[in-house]
Amino acid sequence: MLRKARSVFWLAMFPVFLLLSGTVSPAWADEKADRRYQVNMEPGVTDVGADIFSLHMLIFWICVVIGIVVFGVMFYSIYAHRKSRGVTPATFHESTKVEIAWTVVPFLILLGMAVPATSTLIEVYDTEDAEIDILVTGYQWKWKYEYLADDGENVSFFSNLKTSQEEIYNEDDKGQFYLLDVDEPIVIPVDTKVRFLVTAYDVIHSMWVPELAVKKDAIPGFINETWTRATKTGIYRGQCAELCGKDHGFMPVVVNVVEREEYDQWLAEKQTQAAEIAALMEQTFTMDELVARGKSVYDRACLACHGANGEGGVGKAIAGSAIAMGPLGGHMDIVINGSRNNAAMQAFGGQLNDVDMAAVLTFQRNAFGNNMGDMIQPIDVYNYKQGQ
Amino acid sequence: MGDHHHGPAKGLSRWLFATNHKDIGTMYLWFSFAMFLVGGAFAMIIRAELFQPGMQLIRPEFFNQMTTMHGLIMVFGAIMPAFVGLANWMIPMMIGAPDMALPRMNNWSFWILPPAFLLLLATMFMEGGGPAFGWTFYAPLSTTYAPPSVTFFIFGVHILGLSSIMGSINIVATVMNLRAPGMTYMKMPLFVWTWFITAYLLIAVMPVLAGAVTMMLMDIHFGTSFFSAAGGGDPVLFQHVFWFFGHPEVYIIILPAFGVVSQIIPAFARKPLFGYDSMVYATASIAFLSFIVWAHHMYTVGMPIAGELFFMYATMLIAVPTGVKVFNWITTMWRGAMTFETPMLFCIGFVVLFTIGGFTGLMLSIAPSDFQYHDSYFVVAHFHYVMVAGAVFSMTAAVYYWLPKWCGKMYNETMGKTHFWISFIGFNVTFFPQHFVGLAGMPRRIPDYALQFADFNMISSIGAFIYGASQLLFLYNVIATIVGGKPVSDEKVWEGAEGLEWTVPTPAPFHTFATPPQVR
Amino acid sequence: MRLFGDNPITLTVVKMAAVVVIMFSFVFVVMVPLYNVLCDALGINGKTSGQRYEAASIQVDESREVTIQFIATNSDGMPWDFRPAQTMMKVNPGAVNDTVFLARNPRPQAMVAQAIPSVSPARAAEFFHKTECFCFNNQPLDGLASTEMPLQFIVDQDLPRDIRTITLSYTMFDITEMAPDAVAQR
Repeated sequence: MLRKARSVFWLAMFPVFLLLSGTVSPAWADEKADRRYQVNMEPGVTDVGADIFSLHMLIFWICVVIGIVVFGVMFYSIYAHRKSRGVTPATFHESTKVEIAWTVVPFLILLGMAVPATSTLIEVYDTEDAEIDILVTGYQWKWKYEYLADDGENVSFFSNLKTSQEEIYNEDDKGQFYLLDVDEPIVIPVDTKVRFLVTAYDVIHSMWVPELAVKKDAIPGFINETWTRATKTGIYRGQCAELCGKDHGFMPVVVNVVEREEYDQWLAEKQTQAAEIAALMEQTFTMDELVARGKSVYDRACLACHGANGEGGVGKAIAGSAIAMGPLGGHMDIVINGSRNNAAMQAFGGQLNDVDMAAVLTFQRNAFGNNMGDMIQPIDVYNYKQGQ
Repeated sequence: MGDHHHGPAKGLSRWLFATNHKDIGTMYLWFSFAMFLVGGAFAMIIRAELFQPGMQLIRPEFFNQMTTMHGLIMVFGAIMPAFVGLANWMIPMMIGAPDMALPRMNNWSFWILPPAFLLLLATMFMEGGGPAFGWTFYAPLSTTYAPPSVTFFIFGVHILGLSSIMGSINIVATVMNLRAPGMTYMKMPLFVWTWFITAYLLIAVMPVLAGAVTMMLMDIHFGTSFFSAAGGGDPVLFQHVFWFFGHPEVYIIILPAFGVVSQIIPAFARKPLFGYDSMVYATASIAFLSFIVWAHHMYTVGMPIAGELFFMYATMLIAVPTGVKVFNWITTMWRGAMTFETPMLFCIGFVVLFTIGGFTGLMLSIAPSDFQYHDSYFVVAHFHYVMVAGAVFSMTAAVYYWLPKWCGKMYNETMGKTHFWISFIGFNVTFFPQHFVGLAGMPRRIPDYALQFADFNMISSIGAFIYGASQLLFLYNVIATIVGGKPVSDEKVWEGAEGLEWTVPTPAPFHTFATPPQVR
Repeated sequence: MRLFGDNPITLTVVKMAAVVVIMFSFVFVVMVPLYNVLCDALGINGKTSGQRYEAASIQVDESREVTIQFIATNSDGMPWDFRPAQTMMKVNPGAVNDTVFLARNPRPQAMVAQAIPSVSPARAAEFFHKTECFCFNNQPLDGLASTEMPLQFIVDQDLPRDIRTITLSYTMFDITEMAPDAVAQR
């Protein structure tokens, strides 16, 4: 009935569409044109997703058939049994046989539905024998992915929304993956069972990637698990599905499914990167380098709460802040360890590497009119964390 | 009939100290309509922001307050008080009682409502803003991470819970004790039956809601850890407690609607309701099942598979009694002699759209598929099909149906039918496309969305504006009727209407059935 | 019921009010404890028992190995450097195993923390027994101090054979404000 109603609906909406077609921006009209009128679930790229899809369609068609019968009878009655046709109303008002029939028949139909539903559910719950385990942690409002390695050399990184504030606030054209793009996606190999261990840092989040048939709540303090095995390479995009505060709509989950070799290469690169960061820590940066790097770190880590111009918002203003313009130790303490009085100010010590931390601290002390003129080097951050 | 005792008091004190069930019913109805407009205005803000991708009008934090307040106000401020008002007006007249059993408590249960909602609305002007954690207020977003105004929100919920409990006790006491001689339980009109069962549900689960918000209060202010893992609690416990209340709550909203439809369809089909007994049993089984299905709202929370299966099977079972009801309504129409005045149109609209909502409900009950539907716009579409096209349409039908009896004047039929058609079209244009975007992957409660959802969201917003505007027509029609409608003097306003309420004069006098009627 | 007079309406009201009181208490007296019992029994959220396990009989199942993964995470506002010494172990069901978790308090002030365990898959929780665990008590730690926190556990011989990997996660919560006494003692 959804289908049938759909075509009727499209006919009805056609004039409205003609009107509107001029108002939508052409920048993205050609991109994902196939998606624009997507009206149904997708089977996605996993076997489980395909099973869920066929289950969905099965129930849908059963509903369509029941709907046609029930509404057919009703509309026939509305047409035929109207007073204006001069009918005399019947007086019957019960029939035990009919009542039993329409209790038992739906029950049997439900039994028929329960069988494939149960087997699909069992499939969804089978998390054993995964080759790769990824710990997914929901943060307000970003995701952290940590690849669990047997030797303890875990690769971990944060994944932030890449869409700029200018795009969101209509000061800039919206990119083709508006709100569905991140700086660092999860990378997983194709045809490999990947287990996601899902938890949260602050409030409840929910990881959802429709094409991978993955949705699991992330609950602070507890761990949930789900899994996927993608059969096709590509980039799959999803979003946080559980209301988690202000920027709930701005924390996408992006999964890049690649060939096995590419994955191995990527992982090795990630491990090298970690080593490079360690090397960078030895370096001394100039003020310009620090401020430039600091601005990009600020934009992804601080801007959501502290504003594009440090004017504050959920968080306190940074422009003219007593902390950013106060002693270095206090400034480092609050950014690295978080605020003791305000849960909204997280501890970024574990989220930013020491180079980025030094850069963003320097940026905050020298931007928005906070012309402190001092610089923080990565080694300062390292020493602070070690010794304080 | 004893309609010449003392009439109503004059001026404000008539309303402030009202103990008459009709006056209190009227106040409930007006209050709920006012709340319906407030909640509707919030919905318009939501749809205006979602008209196009990008943030245009409001900020995300305010958007969250809007979705939260829209939900809370529509559920607790519009739909529930509307049906309580209808119960106040109609139950005594339907069972031949002179008034409600506890008139003074009745006054209280109404008059604590407006302050509760003023308090709730006032939170939006407090520091940190109003509740922004959704009408389901999951911990810890509503505890550790809530704005300071949450304390007032909790207080407000306590008050409106108290109001519902008092109202329900009153209904139970009235139905059990004040039925006219000969009015046995199985002769009660179906509206009375559904409300009787609803009142029991309310008495059973409103204290659970009170318990849930009390635990929140204790977690926030008294150092307990019911919902915080740090102290050995569990945020998921909140969801269990909330939905133990929340699922019966959705039947609290829909059962009186079933009752209304079961009164109106026979009247316009000019044929008795088919399967009265099975309607009563179906209502009772729905009420019973509502207590054992709550966790189907939390399929993705990480329950053991045995739990998922139990809740899935139990939820699917609800389709059986609900189906029985729909089949009964249609068989009532079958070989009747139907006319299609506004109340009947709204009831037919109800049957069609509620059934669609029932189908999507059945789809949602299937746990593995729900992993894709959960917290998407598909769910939003589903519950608006049952809440708006279900509860609100039936409430609208009830107003058109009984308004002539209440005020002795006939509404404008053309305007009523226009209201129906605009509502019906507006409603479907709003919510049907939401099925599509939900299935395509749009999560609910987001202030901004990916570009692929743009077209359907724009259509949805246009539909919402149409639907919203049509309610002003309704308001105008009702006021115009009361002020200058064509007088009706026939006791039985509608040719096919049956029941004790149609045996009293029109308009219904201030006091009815001072001497109980004899029911045969 | 003479107490409330003979008015049947009063009687109805009293009964209904009693239901209200019962249901309100039901939340606290039944739902909360019942939920905790069910969690322990069914391993909802992978909760393990907060009590020391008293081994009944020790019979090591040499025929199979189970992989145990350890995860350590911090909750909001927790600045500790908290991690497992070993991220993975292969153990025989029935055998007693020891490992440690490492923690360092980077703040100059003394803090108290509580570790909350969670086992995945959840149905393995009832077969994962801890004979000694830092999570049984809260963990006070002086400013800038480090510590090693012991964990001793046995995987039950009755663990279903289809479970081959068990993940044990600890989330560290800052409970300094909830436990002022423990801070004062330091």
